[in-house]
Amino acid sequence: MSVMEKVRQTTAKPTTAREPRVTDEHGRRIRVWELALRYLLLLAVLALTVGPFLWQLSTSLKGPTEDIFSSPPKFLPSDPTLHNYKRVADTIPVWDYALNSLKVATANVVTNCVGAALAGYALARLRYRGRRVATLVFILAMLVPVEGIIIAQFTTMRELGLNNTLVGVVLPGSISALNVLLMRNAFLNLPYEIEEAAYVDGANVWQRFLRIALPSVKGTVAVVAIFAFMGAWDDFLWPLIVLSDPSKFTLTIGLNYLHGTFAGDERLVAAGTIIAVAPLIALFACLQRYFFRGVGEGAVKG
Amino acid sequence: MASSTVSRVRRQLPTGPWLFAAPGLLITGAFILYPFVSTVVNAFTDRRTLIPGEFVGLANFRELLGDDMFWIGLRNSTLYVVGVVPALVILPLLLALLVQKNIPGITFFRSAFYTPVVASIVVVGLIWVWLLDERGLVNSLLETIGVGRVGFLSDQWLLLLSAMAVTVWKGLGYYMIIYLAALANVPRELHEAAAVDGAGAIRRFLTVTVPAVRSTMVLVGALSSVAAFKVFSEVYLMAGPSGGPAGEDTTLVMLVQRTGTGLTGRVGYASAISVVVFVVTVALMLLVLRADRRDES
Repeated sequence: MSVMEKVRQTTAKPTTAREPRVTDEHGRRIRVWELALRYLLLLAVLALTVGPFLWQLSTSLKGPTEDIFSSPPKFLPSDPTLHNYKRVADTIPVWDYALNSLKVATANVVTNCVGAALAGYALARLRYRGRRVATLVFILAMLVPVEGIIIAQFTTMRELGLNNTLVGVVLPGSISALNVLLMRNAFLNLPYEIEEAAYVDGANVWQRFLRIALPSVKGTVAVVAIFAFMGAWDDFLWPLIVLSDPSKFTLTIGLNYLHGTFAGDERLVAAGTIIAVAPLIALFACLQRYFFRGVGEGAVKG
Repeated sequence: MASSTVSRVRRQLPTGPWLFAAPGLLITGAFILYPFVSTVVNAFTDRRTLIPGEFVGLANFRELLGDDMFWIGLRNSTLYVVGVVPALVILPLLLALLVQKNIPGITFFRSAFYTPVVASIVVVGLIWVWLLDERGLVNSLLETIGVGRVGFLSDQWLLLLSAMAVTVWKGLGYYMIIYLAALANVPRELHEAAAVDGAGAIRRFLTVTVPAVRSTMVLVGALSSVAAFKVFSEVYLMAGPSGGPAGEDTTLVMLVQRTGTGLTGRVGYASAISVVVFVVTVALMLLVLRADRRDES
């Protein structure tokens, strides 16, 4: 009984505590020294996690005459310049690579959203012989370690004549089993009643899918879209294996090439990495909610 | 009554379901399951990139036993699991505790800590190659405080350790979010009761927090150990495609990539190494799950 009282107390507190003092998620006051310690630790971790990106940005903005190796280090460029970004574009076709990455990532988003939504709906809502087998196929596929099958994936691509093409880069992950199962779970969590009503009103399976079920799982579709974009944009091992023609490179492969050929030119490599990472950080800044949600949903199943 | 309607709803359009599932099944079958089966089959052949090859029995596996590079790869990938997994099970939990309380600005910190997860491993690898360079920032700082310069990327073991640190650095934010979700479900009353009993912060952490998020720790352990064993990009970028001057930093997946690709790629032999990767991956999963069950009883 006392436990019940405590529960009521703690849940009631946040609404009653209106004073402008610092409280935790249960409305309890945090001591000043503890708070100071927390912020100190937070700032230290912040320096450790974001600092390296800022250092890379700073290096990329330092001109050819500025010493980037100084000790003690100079954190801010004395005369910021975009010179290095121009040099990257002169050294490798970096904007073409960015366009290739964008094409691959966009295609991956479309195929994953459409393919996973359709298959997920079939697994969750439709009854047919072999449904259990189909579900099992996706579960098994999810457990296969991709790093172990890349050589066979590559020979499959060669047999199809798709090696060294952007289509070949996209295909293996175009409808990932994890996404299919995520969509299946999202559809399973919807109440049947609405679709029943639509069925009674004469809606066919496509209408029920497009007008009723799909709009109800928009959140999961967004998660699938974001992780499909990020996965394709960041992928390294598979495009490294399947692409051999430098004109087809994606950004990550182009960066690896830049690093391999111009390793001594830190300003140049720094500018290249900033070009590759900036779009994703911008995307993350706008859509954080879905990034975090995706971790939760993916981890439970993964 | 409801269920009979449901079954009627589902029974409509007999070809429909397969139409819905077909694209997914096709892609999964052609590019995941078929390559998996063919990897296992190829492991028993001497197939090369341009030569179909013939069945050779266990020859590839016998060759593996005498191949120094295979043992180096197996050693490095195993060391990677040993080094990375404890750090990724514990550090993100501490980080989650740090960002759990809703103090002003905390959402900014949570997001900032997640940034490395969003970046490509190539970007992350190259950032750290420059940071740990002989003349890079870390060495500048070490010199400034009088420690002197350290050859992080020139020594075989330091390089492997540095790569592990990079893996942990990139994974922290991801597992932090997983832990945050788990911590949200720990009842406050347990902490209060422990505090009333006079337990300090560390004792409360060990007796309340850890048991409450134990299943999440097992999950993180399983996820991170499988990922760590399959490490490729970090070491590839930091040590170079050949894994250092004499290949001492080669990992198993690097070896698969190196032996299996190119016009002269030994597909059969690379597949045999892949089979070892499968077996160890499954073994790691079972090991973690078994350890979990033993803890419970």
